[in-house]
Amino acid sequence: MKTDTVQAELAAAPDDNEESFLQGVKDCIPTLLGYLSIGFAAGVVEKTAGLSLAEIALISIILYAGSAQFIAAGMIAAGSTATSIIITILLVNLRHLLLSAALSPYFRHLTPLRNLLIGTLLTDETFGVAIQRSARKKAISEKWMHGLNITAYLNWIIANLAGAVLGQWISSPEEWGLDFALPAMFIGLLVLTLISRSRYALDITVGLIAMIIAVGLSILWSPSIGVIAAAVIASTIGAVLEKWK
Amino acid sequence: MEVRPDIFLIILGAALVTFIPRVLPLILLSRITIPAWGMRWLNYMPIAVMSALVAQELFIDGGQFSALNTNVELIAALPAFWVAIKTRSLLGTVLTGVLALMLLRLLF
Repeated sequence: MKTDTVQAELAAAPDDNEESFLQGVKDCIPTLLGYLSIGFAAGVVEKTAGLSLAEIALISIILYAGSAQFIAAGMIAAGSTATSIIITILLVNLRHLLLSAALSPYFRHLTPLRNLLIGTLLTDETFGVAIQRSARKKAISEKWMHGLNITAYLNWIIANLAGAVLGQWISSPEEWGLDFALPAMFIGLLVLTLISRSRYALDITVGLIAMIIAVGLSILWSPSIGVIAAAVIASTIGAVLEKWK
Repeated sequence: MEVRPDIFLIILGAALVTFIPRVLPLILLSRITIPAWGMRWLNYMPIAVMSALVAQELFIDGGQFSALNTNVELIAALPAFWVAIKTRSLLGTVLTGVLALMLLRLLF
């Protein structure tokens, strides 16, 4: 997979440039195609959800988070309230706490401001590349990390805008099944997360509990409350079950 | 080609709640550590949120339970799940789901 290519590239690179910004750019290249395709799909979905080009540029520049952008597009299209959209995105992006915490030992010698700059552009993908490198090199260079982060960021913005431009020419997205891009993306993200964690019994239990609560509360109360309550309750059950085992 | 004020507020709020978890541990963790139960809880959050969203997309339509016998989205989800498991490709999963739904709507 991607990570193999990264390691092959790292092995081929000369030692004296290993810490540079440019090396970070190079190490980002194997992930670019993946980013490009997801960003492109995000752009199409955002456009078909009724966002303008300027709004799509803004969301990819200042939010810069794939799953959160899909959720925002879906919930805006469904007419959810601003508060429920923001709380749902907060919950789905709380996982960044884990990524940021896992990287913190490598940048402990830096000032808070320089740590802030590293964390601002942190994503699942750049975290994956960085943690792979740390396993080999025992250290992560600050310049290298910026090279990696900034390359991924620019690629993401370009991909979103390209998707948005294409999305403009599609007058009835339903006819092309495009309204299914969002659910299919969630299915893909869920399956990929399950596979990468490979703790199937507990993860699938938590997922099924979340599904039942989400559907039940969406009917009885409201869809946005449904997602938030399902996420909080199912995660708590998961943590308790793990403790008991 | 403009930014509506309500959409601007949603994007700004969402960006803020995304930015804080990204930077806070990097800035603070030389001093404090998240307790083990907190890490365990956070660990399940992505799975729980994604599952809830998938279930809502497939089973809820306008606040109501979608009738199972006319639910083409549910049928389109099956090949999407299969491709996700087999290929681990997000793009492949999305294309499969979209194509499957397009074909199902042509047929039914």
